[in-house]
Amino acid sequence: MQLGRVTGTVVATMKVDGLEGVRFLVVQPLDEEQQPSGRAVIAADALHTAGPGELIYFVASREAAEALEPRFVPVDHAIVGIVDEVYP
Amino acid sequence: MKVGRVAATVVSTISHPFFDGQRLLLCHILDSGGDTTGYTIAVDRVDAGVGDPVLILDEGSSARQLFGVETGPVRAVIAGIIDDVDFGD
Repeated sequence: MQLGRVTGTVVATMKVDGLEGVRFLVVQPLDEEQQPSGRAVIAADALHTAGPGELIYFVASREAAEALEPRFVPVDHAIVGIVDEVYP
Repeated sequence: MKVGRVAATVVSTISHPFFDGQRLLLCHILDSGGDTTGYTIAVDRVDAGVGDPVLILDEGSSARQLFGVETGPVRAVIAGIIDDVDFGD
């Protein structure tokens, strides 16, 4: 899992069957110092509560599909937690 | 499996139900020279602590098998604490 910062939202009315009700957010991946690293990705919000500005962690590829209920394949990134704190 | 070192604890109150009660640790991934090549947030199964060199399983179906579940958004798991590693020359 990687750290990310939610920077925006995506609204899509026309989606493949099964993606109804799934929220999509724009996530900027972060490095371990919480600095932006790489390009932003569009992630499904498996928590239904994440929003812009929040520090989150997300999974990619197959594990992203596992995050949705019911499990659903056409998702490649999913937010699975909101970070309260990272301490050494 | 990858070799890593635990760098920090990640605290998360709101998370996917799979992670309820699990400890999440931010680990640096190390190459054979001991240099950091990146990081991952892994679920701790061995009571590792910050600073520990660890063995990181980074494959989803093996991770799910370790947790005894068929589904779950897990991939990186700390599967061991390393006592010693010799990469050779």
